[in-house]
Amino acid sequence: MTKELWKGNEAIAEAAVRAGLEAYFGYPITPQTEVLEYLSRRMPELGRAFVQAESELGAVNMVYGAACTGVRVMSSSSSPGVSLMMEGLSYIAGTEVPAVLVNVMRGGPGLGNIAPAQSDYNQAVHGGGHGDYPRIVLAPASVQEAIDLTVLSFDLAEKYRMICMLILDGAIGQMMEPAEMPEMKPVQRKDFDWATNGTMGKRDRRLLTSIYLNPLDEEQTNLRLFNRWKEVQASEVRYKEYFIEDAEIVIVGFGTAGRVALSAVRAAREQGIKVGLLRPITVSPFPTERLDQLTGQARAFLVTEMNTGQMLNDVQLAVRGRVPVEFYGRPGGVVPFPDEILGEIKRIISAPATVDTDARDAWLTRMTQHA
Amino acid sequence: MTTPNLVYERPEAFTDTPTHYCPGCTHGVAHRLVAEVLEEMNIMDKTIGVAPVGCAVFAYNYFDVDFVEAPHGRAPAMATGIKRVLPDRVVFTYQGDGDLASIGMGEIVHAAARGENLTVIFINNANFGMTGGQMAPTTLPGMKTSSSQNGRDVETQGYPIKVSEMLSTLEGVGYCVRRSLHDPKNIRLAKKAIRMAFESQVRGLGFSMVELLSTCPTNWGMTPVNSLKFIEEHMVPAYPLGDYKVSDAIKQIKI
Repeated sequence: MTKELWKGNEAIAEAAVRAGLEAYFGYPITPQTEVLEYLSRRMPELGRAFVQAESELGAVNMVYGAACTGVRVMSSSSSPGVSLMMEGLSYIAGTEVPAVLVNVMRGGPGLGNIAPAQSDYNQAVHGGGHGDYPRIVLAPASVQEAIDLTVLSFDLAEKYRMICMLILDGAIGQMMEPAEMPEMKPVQRKDFDWATNGTMGKRDRRLLTSIYLNPLDEEQTNLRLFNRWKEVQASEVRYKEYFIEDAEIVIVGFGTAGRVALSAVRAAREQGIKVGLLRPITVSPFPTERLDQLTGQARAFLVTEMNTGQMLNDVQLAVRGRVPVEFYGRPGGVVPFPDEILGEIKRIISAPATVDTDARDAWLTRMTQHA
Repeated sequence: MTTPNLVYERPEAFTDTPTHYCPGCTHGVAHRLVAEVLEEMNIMDKTIGVAPVGCAVFAYNYFDVDFVEAPHGRAPAMATGIKRVLPDRVVFTYQGDGDLASIGMGEIVHAAARGENLTVIFINNANFGMTGGQMAPTTLPGMKTSSSQNGRDVETQGYPIKVSEMLSTLEGVGYCVRRSLHDPKNIRLAKKAIRMAFESQVRGLGFSMVELLSTCPTNWGMTPVNSLKFIEEHMVPAYPLGDYKVSDAIKQIKI
């Protein structure tokens, strides 16, 4: 295959089709709508299911229904719409069926705006629907990576009978980049031993539910989910490192914030500053172990995000106060420029924080002074 | 043991699980009618049921077919997801009036409007049964419930929603009727309607729904017999029985 110019949202849609997507259910919301629009023509042309639902609630429950039959199914939305889907996600998690959900994030809370943001990190990674459940969350930083991770997300969701979310900010959804699509994979219905697709006279009936009325049964379910999560943590952590070998300052950033940070790292390297970047690709499971190792090497970490410091907490948990962790974020739909992050790198060198510095407080103070 | 004189037995479409329903509740009757129809049409093997949240939340324990359990009100959306990827299967939802007419109103209206080729069994007993008898959208004016303790005051609590009348205005609906379970004659008519609804689905004739007026002796605070009388005297006048929409194609079906 050769590279073609793909818009992020459409690239995700086509990648899902080529990964064997059999059903898509969605609802229009900026900056995600092109996924819905693209699949509204692509799916029927292949004889596959497409429904523009009455709401995100409707969409996620259609996903839930289709997921129970064992086919590859997904939905996509943007922040306010994903909030509406949290009910369905919790049920899907409790029922242990695979499903893929794409969140093209925008500024919030509330209606917010339609500019690129990473404000739903906590919702995706730590929060979301009610109840105790883990979920896999992937964070692409380019159109190519969005394609690759879309394909991967279906495999992971099926392998672990778990929700796999892709979180990307509106910038990656909206921008066009040269990227290579995978080959079209024929739809293969797997014969899962849990799917409710009609007995067809060949087996006993099956039931898929998230109800465990006896608390001891629910407890066992919670334990089962988190034991499975241990496998995910052991096998599926993915990240990318840049200039990390001799880095004394390690920047941690995902998605667009990680990509902008890379430009800053390159600029700093040209000036002889030993700085590197760790870009988590799986934000859940989080590359905690790698950050733990890097704590022995780095004299400071700088977390860059397009929010008020959500992943920051996960980095702090990995670093455990051994070296200073600093933060630079642009929330509300603002994308940082590489120069801003380069400035932060230089500030850390000239006026290093101590391990006792509250990274978010210090950042808030700096941001307020500049404003 | 089958004997020559056997006139009544448990339908094969039932599991051996005894139901949890209160004495005198007509959920059991409605379940049985659905089970008899699935068995008579020989479609158990390809049927997938969608249970609601409400008293019928455990419907999946009683039918010997594949089942999923939906979030409150979302059964028509789940059923849509299943039917769209498995169009040759028979998919039905079984929903109460809190589930369907309150929290799930969006899902039912749009499934009907899209003409989803599925069957909905809608139990109207004028209250939220499982949570202890609160007011539902279908609660009659003046009717006392645990959340309308002086009787439903239409000035502040609004008017009952007539679901069959409303859905029958939608083009996507093929079959939409209201029946009652308060006496043997009406139970027989209800079964015929359920059969028609499933027959229309296997022919791909669009959305089908049978609304069933049902009792809730426990929450109504009545004996089972008085509950049946309540349906006849109060529910039927408020929710007239009849065929609200039967498409021309469905009228041709001969059972």
